[in-house]
Parts: sequence; C-alpha cells; structure tokens
Amino acid sequence: MSGNLFGYVPGGVIREGERVSRGAVLKRVLKQERPYLPLIILSFVLSAASVICMLLVPILIGEAIDLICTGKNGDALLKILLKAGLFACGAAVSQYCMNRINNRVVCHTVRDLRAKAFQKLQTLPLKYLDSHPHGDLISRLSADTEQFSDGLLMGFTQLFSGVITIIGTLCFMFSMNVAITLIVVCVTPLSIFAARFIAGHSYEMFKKQSSIRGEQTSLVNEMLTNEKTLKAYGREEDVLKRFDEINDGLEKISMRALFFSSLTNPGTRFVNNIAYALVACVGAIAVYSNATPLFSSLTVGILTAFLSYANHYMRPFNEITSVITEFQNAVACAARVFEVIDEEETEEKQDQMPLKDVSGDVSLTHVDFSYTTEKELIKDLNMNVKSGMRVAIVGPTGCGKTTLINLLMRFYEVQAGKILVDSQETAASDLNDVRSAYGMVLQDTWLFDGTVKENILFGNPDATDAEMIEAARESHAHSFIRRLENGYDTRLGEDGSILSQGQKQLLCITRLMLNKPPMLILDEATSSIDTRTELQIQSAFKKLMQGRTAFIVAHRLSTIRDADLILVMRDGAIIEMGTHESLMKQNGFYAELYRSA
Amino acid sequence: MRDLLKYLKDYKKECVLAPLFKALEAGFELIVPILIARMIDVGIPHSDRQLIIRCGLMLLLLTVVGFASSVTAQYFAAKAAVGFSTKLRHDLFAKLLHFSFPQIDSVGAPAMITRMNSDVTNAQAGVNMFLRLFLRSPYIVIGATIMAFVIDPVSGLIFVALILVLSVAVVVIARTNISLLEAAQQRLERVTALIRENLSGVRVIRAFCRQKDQGASFDSANGELCLAQKKAGACSSLLNPVTYLIINLFILWLVRSGAISVTAGRLTTGAVVALYNYMSQILIELVKFANLLITMNKALAGGERIAAILKMEDAECVAFTGDTERDGAEENTFAVAFDHVSFRYHERADEVLSDIDLKIMPGETVGIIGGTGAGKTTLAHLISGFYSATKGTVSVNGRNVSDYDKKELTDLISIVMQKAVLFSGTIADNLRFGNREASDEELQEAVRQACCEEAVEEHGGLYANVEQGGTNFSGGQRQRLSIARALLKNAPILILDDASSALDYMTDKKLRSNMRSLKKSPTIFMISQRTTSLKDCDHILVLDDGCVAGYGTHNELLKTCTVYREIHLSQGREDDSEGGAA
Repeated sequence: MSGNLFGYVPGGVIREGERVSRGAVLKRVLKQERPYLPLIILSFVLSAASVICMLLVPILIGEAIDLICTGKNGDALLKILLKAGLFACGAAVSQYCMNRINNRVVCHTVRDLRAKAFQKLQTLPLKYLDSHPHGDLISRLSADTEQFSDGLLMGFTQLFSGVITIIGTLCFMFSMNVAITLIVVCVTPLSIFAARFIAGHSYEMFKKQSSIRGEQTSLVNEMLTNEKTLKAYGREEDVLKRFDEINDGLEKISMRALFFSSLTNPGTRFVNNIAYALVACVGAIAVYSNATPLFSSLTVGILTAFLSYANHYMRPFNEITSVITEFQNAVACAARVFEVIDEEETEEKQDQMPLKDVSGDVSLTHVDFSYTTEKELIKDLNMNVKSGMRVAIVGPTGCGKTTLINLLMRFYEVQAGKILVDSQETAASDLNDVRSAYGMVLQDTWLFDGTVKENILFGNPDATDAEMIEAARESHAHSFIRRLENGYDTRLGEDGSILSQGQKQLLCITRLMLNKPPMLILDEATSSIDTRTELQIQSAFKKLMQGRTAFIVAHRLSTIRDADLILVMRDGAIIEMGTHESLMKQNGFYAELYRSA
Repeated sequence: MRDLLKYLKDYKKECVLAPLFKALEAGFELIVPILIARMIDVGIPHSDRQLIIRCGLMLLLLTVVGFASSVTAQYFAAKAAVGFSTKLRHDLFAKLLHFSFPQIDSVGAPAMITRMNSDVTNAQAGVNMFLRLFLRSPYIVIGATIMAFVIDPVSGLIFVALILVLSVAVVVIARTNISLLEAAQQRLERVTALIRENLSGVRVIRAFCRQKDQGASFDSANGELCLAQKKAGACSSLLNPVTYLIINLFILWLVRSGAISVTAGRLTTGAVVALYNYMSQILIELVKFANLLITMNKALAGGERIAAILKMEDAECVAFTGDTERDGAEENTFAVAFDHVSFRYHERADEVLSDIDLKIMPGETVGIIGGTGAGKTTLAHLISGFYSATKGTVSVNGRNVSDYDKKELTDLISIVMQKAVLFSGTIADNLRFGNREASDEELQEAVRQACCEEAVEEHGGLYANVEQGGTNFSGGQRQRLSIARALLKNAPILILDDASSALDYMTDKKLRSNMRSLKKSPTIFMISQRTTSLKDCDHILVLDDGCVAGYGTHNELLKTCTVYREIHLSQGREDDSEGGAA
C-alpha cells in the first residue's frame, strides 16, 4: 500500500457530499466542546467586556476634547484620562485572557480529536486500512486536524467579538446621535456589497487558478519523482515545453485572480471613507446648528468619537467574511476526520475462548474468502498441518499466498468454513491469543523510529538485556548490532533507515527469537539481500523453526524442497499438495514451475 | 533572496509604480486629519457651512483618488508578483530537470517538489505583499510623524517615542512567535511520522498485540504538540492587546500634553483632534505590519531554499568536442569498455566500484550479478553516463563517455531501470517515450517481445489510460511495459537493471529468449539477483562489494568463482544438471 500522497490537497477543497452534512458536523463539533463549556462562557464574557471597554475609550477621549474646547484642562481632564486609561487596560487584559482561553480550548479539542482518531486506527479492520491510501489517512490525522484547529481558533476569537463589536458600536452610536448613526448604517452595507461582488468574481478565477495549478503540480510531482527515467530517455525539453504551456496559462489567470481579490480592501476602504466624509460634514454642521432636535447635543468631542467609530465599524464585517470561509474549511476538515472516527471497528466479540499453550496443529476446512464481492479468491480450501511441520506455499504472484497469511492471523475473517488451531476454532477464540500464537516475519520488514533494543523488545517488553543479547546471538544479529555506533542503543531512524534490508530482516527475526511463539509465518524476501546475510538469515530461520509449525511463502527452491508439505496455489485454490518428490512425480503445475526456474 | 531579485528585472516599472501609488494613497489619507481639523477650528466656530461642505467635498475627492491610486498599485503589484513567480517557476523547473543524477540524489524528489510548489507560491505572496503593504505601513507611520512635527514639535516627539516602543514590542513578540511556531511545527512532524509508522507497521503491531502501547506513545507525542501549540498561542495572544494598550496610553499622554498646549495658546482643539487621528492611523498600520512580518518570514525562508537550488552548479554542460579521435583501430572497437574504473558517490564515501576492467564486444549479452550494494546498478549508470567515473575511463564505441554530447549518448543506450515507472497518459504515450515516431504496429511488436500483450489487452488496448504512477498496472506489468518502451528505442546497447524481478519464472524465461532473438542484436547488459536468469549469457560479471569477483560463463563461474557458487547454492542449486534439464 503506497497510497497516492500527492493527489490529496490538505484541507483544501470542500468535496461533494460533504456540503450536505455540514450542519450535522457543526453540531458534532459543538458537542465535542461540551467539557469546555464553562471556559467558553468565560471567554464570551471576557470578549464582551473587552469590546465594551474598547468602545468606551473613544467616548472618554471625546469628552476630554470637549473639556479642552471649553478651556478646562485641570483635574477633571486628568480624571477622564485616567478613566480612559483604566478602560484601555481592562480591554487589553480581558482580550489577552480571552485569547489564552480560546487557544487552550482549541488546542485541547484538537489533541483529543487526534487521539481519538489514532485510537480508532488501532481498532479499524485491516480491510479498511488496506483499501484506503495511507497518504490520505495521514493527511486526515495531521493536516486536516491542523486546519480544523486554525479555523476553529479564528472562528472562536473573531466571530463572537466581531458580532459584539458591531452591536456595541451601533448601541453607542445610537445613544450619542440617531441621525448620524443612520448615515453610517445606510452607507456601510454598500461595502459589504462591494466585498461580496469582488469575492464572487474572484471565486470563479480562484477556482480556475486552482485547477490549472493542480494540473501543474501533478505534472511537477510526476516528473520530478521519476526524473531519472525521464533523463534516461532524454525527454527533459518535451516536459519543459508542456510545463511552460501550463505555466503561461497559470500566469494569466493568476494575475487576474490576484488583482481582483486584492481589490477587497481598497473597495471596502473606499465605501468606508465615503461614510467618514459624510459623518464629518453632517456632524460638523450639526455641532454649530445645535438647534435641530434631531442633532441634539452634538459636540466636537462626540463628533471625534463618531469619526473614530466610523473608521473601525467596518473592520468586523471584513473579518467575519474571512472567518466564515476559514470556518467552512475547518468544518470540511473536521468532517474528514469524523469519517475516520465513525468507521466501523472490528467487533470485539464477547466471551471468546482463550487459546493458550498451543501445540501447533492447524487445519482449514472448506474455507471461502474474497476481498471483493465481484471476484472470488479462495474457494473451499482444505488442509491439515500437524505440529512441527514445515509448510511451503508456492505459486505465481496473485495466487492467494498473502491472503492465506491474512486469514491465519485473522487480519481478515473467513467468509465460510473454519480455521482450527489445536482443534479450536480461531474465529471463536480470543483475538490476541490467536495472534500471539504466531510469529510473523514479512517481506517488507517493519521497524520503528526507536533504538535497536526497543525494536527487539517490541514483541516481549519484559525481556532482560541478557535474554535480548542471547536472542540476537542466535539470530546472527549480535555481531552487526555490536558494530553500530551505540550498539543496542543506536537509534534506527524512520523505518530503520540506517540498516540494510538484510539487517532489518535479521532484527525482525531476533524479535521473534525472544518470543518463541509456537507457530511461525515467514514471507521470504524475493531479492535484494546479499549472499552472506542471506545465508545468515536462512540459518536463523532454521533455528527458529525447530519444533515449530511454520508456514513459509517460499521463493527459494532450497526452502521449498526441504518442506514437509508443499502447497501449490493457483488462482486462490490449492491445486497440488505433497512433498517435493511426490509433486515432481505427479508432473503437474509444480513440476512445470520447478523446471522453468 | 537577493539572487531572486533578478526575476523582478523585467518588472522594474511595476516595482516602482506599485509602491509609488501606494505612497500616493497613503499621502491622501494623511491629508484627511488636516481637513477635519480645519472643520473643527474654522468651520464650527464661525458656523461656516460653505467651508465645511467644501472640506467634505475635498474628503470625497480624496477618497476617489485614493481608491484609484490604490487600485493602480494593486494592479502593478499583482503583475510584478505573478510575472516574478512565473519566470522563477520556469527557471527552477528547468534547473531541476537538468539536474545530474548526483544532484537528484543529494536534493531528493520530495524537496524538489516542495521547492516547486509551496516555496514558489510563498515567494509570490511575499513579493505581492511587499509591494503592497510593506512600504505602505512605513509611509503612514513616518508620514503621520512628520505631520505631527509640522503641527506641533512637542507632540512629534511623543510620536517618535511611541514608534520606538511599539517597534520593539512588535518585533520581540513576532520574533518569539515565529520561533515558537517552528518548534510546534517540528512536534507536528513527529506526530505525522508516528501516524505513518503506525500505518505501515499495522500487521506487525497487531501480530504482537501492541495496539495499546502504540496509543500511549502517540499520546505523549500528541501531548507535546499540544503544549508547543499552546506556548505559541500564548505568545501570539499578546500581540493585539499589547499594541492596543501602548497606543492608547500614548494617545492619553498626547491628549494631556495637547490640552496644556491649547491652554497656553500654542495649539487649537482641531490640531489635537488631528494628532489623535494620526496616532490612530499608526495603530491600524502596525497591526497589519506585524501580520506581514510572519508572511514575509515564510516567503524569505522559501526564497532562500529556492536560491540555493538555483545556485547549484550546472552539471550538464559537457561540451561536445567534435574532433575527438577515436581510440584504437576501428575494427577493434569495443561496444563498452571499462579501463580501471573506480567510483564513489561522495568524496568522503567508500568506493562503490573499485578498479573495474572490462571489455564487451558488440552484440554480446552480459549478465551482472552480486549482492545488494555490490555495485551492479552503479556500473550500469556509469555506462549511461549518469555518473562519471572517479578514476579510470568508461568508453562506449571506443569513445570516452564524458566526451559524448549528452543527447548522442542517450540515443546509444536504452536502459530499463530497477524501479519501473509509467507516466500518466495512454499506454501508447508511454511506449512512444522510447520512439516518438513509432507506428502502432511497431508498438504492438515491442509489446509482444516484452511479453505484455496480456496486460495491454486486459486494460483495453494500446490507447488505454495509464494513471499517474501507473497505479492501475501491477508491478510485473509495469516492468514489462518499461521493457517494451526501452526496446522501441532500438538503441545499440540495452541495459536491463533487475527488470524481471517481479515476474514469475516462466514469463522471465520467455522474456529472456525474446531478448536473445532481437532483430538488431544489441549489446545487452542483464542485471539480476538470480543465477538462473543469467545462465545463458555470453559472459557473467560477478560483483562483490564493488570488486570483480569473477567473469566468465555460467559453467566456468560455477567451477572457479566461490561467490557465484554461493549465490547459486543459496538459490537452491546443488548441481547444474537438475535445473537446466528443461
């Protein structure tokens, strides 16, 4: 499973089908926030407090200016300024506290969400994990949760305070002067209109831009990933020509998209400035023609406060628009994470029989299995393996060898028939017991980014150092481990990157040496191991197999010939079964395979 | 980043005009408080309706011209930024495509892709933002301060103090925040790595029943990430409240000192209001500026990385020296010759190939075998001229590989790489990579020779779709199609680098017999891990740890070469007669 890592745009597009359930997703996000409800309420209170304090400051400054007009600059002025200072402090402190709380709530929500999704990965059936590109799952758990957190944070901090600012500003303005407020209220919606207009037009361009950019990205990914092949055919110029065609198209559309979208700020500022001019003009006239009842008690100070409001009043509108886009994106990302969380898990069946002290008899009776309903794979598979037998499974690629491993380990469940271990049906046995009864070494060795020791102890965390070294000696891994920079404490890097393929396989065998399970499953490596290591691996395998039932997906004729039982598979069925000699005598498919080799 | 500035060369006009118009707009904005002051000082006390309306009309006029110049500025900024990134992207991609193999190895595909995508995009955003905003904020801040000095020098000093305090606060907070964000990013990468590891090892983890412990180690990494993000959040939480508080305290100071000046008759009320307005303008600009710092930081980091790539040496300027004399007599020309060749990938690395001496006649089929890291692929890549020998010379048709024009050499050699790669498009598109002009019949013939008729049929013929990475084909099918592609090239030298590893024994055998009966009988190099795949070769080269361990026919090597015998035995052959019976 390599997965298409590049086809997915993290958190980017909202896809069809996700639109429908946006409401449901939002509800669920809110439900997740329930434990944080007290904090959220506190955050709302702080936000309101901060907005009100902020709005009071211009009014107080206006009052101060009025005092200056009347020539009083003594204690009264100082008192007002002190009060304004206190409010400014109040606004700043409550805003800071609110930010911290929101940040905390969001970080914790995302942490919990991510942990939940990861837990889910541990219980999801392999069927799901095998059929979903890993790159996509990784993005869901990392990039999408990240995007979700960004959007949520913006939503939290700006949406609520934006709304309160608008309401608060309106209230304060109305309380100061109705007529001038009406001017502001009538003109400002124009800027929303302008912003909408621009957004609507640039949206189309952005869509085109992102589709052309997608085309370009995919060309770049493909060609750079496989550059060596490209160069072997000397086709660089052709590719560059194709790239340039796309690039020129991108230039045109990008230019328009960028220009249009950058009109939003000047556009809203334009409308805003018109409102400002009107307020200044009408207000100034109103100040001296005090008589009109509509413009009662307007002073220079109040006018100043008004002008400052008119300047800031629009900001929340712009913010809210961008918050909503961001928030929609966040919800789409959350939906993708929820999809994973909601996936059906492997059922943990109750009252399953324990399966302990396995001696290693395995039998399959009338087993049917297929990955998809369209294509039958294994049909009526029967076999009987006695404890201590060495079973080689051979056959062309795609014949069902790996599937058999999947069924034995219960990575997948059989659809009909039974698999018995020591005459006990595995499907009815404790899953952990079944898996612990097998030791498995796969062709793609898996090591994690930890020390050699941690990796060896993976199968048996309680083993002592002495036991570990003994196991490493037995599997011929000790000598190369000793030569590593820090011996057993050497860190391996992601996927054991500092080791050769053969050394990785030796470590995986060591892991089993420490565990000594009664049954073994070995998937022989087809290639890419040097001869000496190969011999060491074979000798280690042999030691490991002593007295144990072993299933070997075999590629080497030596392994096959030494087997007690050879299963020849083709198209999901065992077509021949027996020892090397008997099968050669049979002169069937096996004999043909063997001779062609 | 400085190296990238040349991409703005063609946009000198735009780069000057955009900030100029921005400055113009800012200039208009700076006139506004003066007009308001006039309204307050002259219009209101004298009940001068005409003056007020005139001022109001002036304000509207300023708004219109301001808007017009702002739109103009945005246009030039967008044009310069997009032009910049288009040219940059072209040059970068061309540079990457012309990387030599050693350069590809040292940079790596994922990094190259990131350079092309997000780094260029960020650089474009950086240029655009810089032209639009980076200069606007200083204009306003400096302009407002100058206006303050014009109105009242004492107040001007307050402005200077404010700017100093604010700049320190903004820079300190933004810097700390950037480094905290980087720390959080690292934690995020760790979490991502854990998820990837968990998915790739799911079978092993479940086989050992360790799901719970995996959860525990994930939780601790996840917890660390959460902590790092909270730290970064705590820092960025400071930015707005702190700047807000500083500005407002200075405003109060300004009003207080203004009041004293008014009483002393040095200032008018309107002037105080104007000063107040100027200070408010600074607040808005500085907040924008702080956000801009973060965008610019990202753009600069990406720009540095791109510049580093563009600075890398051009590797492919091997000049074709037309008059190179061919070494040796014409009739004695070897198809490929290695003259005491050694090779290492880096100066300080160990030798991958040591003292290889080898002469291959035209039309020979040579097998190459050896363990991993024995140097098989490296040898093939030296013939193809992908890497050049550290010591000694590799020659093709009697001429040193490094004397060839790159294209000439590419035409001589057809190589099937270990990793079979198909490109998106149709099967035919892929095959024609080998030969642009090949007819459908020729494609069909190559497909037949490469034993992939079935695969082509299964997908619906030569014009069937190939998805990116060839994911709709199996590994074996991909291998055979890349062999077909290589055959179409009809080159005199064919190299098959472990090209049949995913094929079953029977297909492999059939393929080998097809290769031997190719019409033009090219010189063939066949790299394999299996002795059985090579036993019919004219000669087999056995490599062990970069040295020649044996050279001869299958039967000779079995007798004389221990390494070869070991490999052969490990693959289950005690004696030759048994396997060769067929």
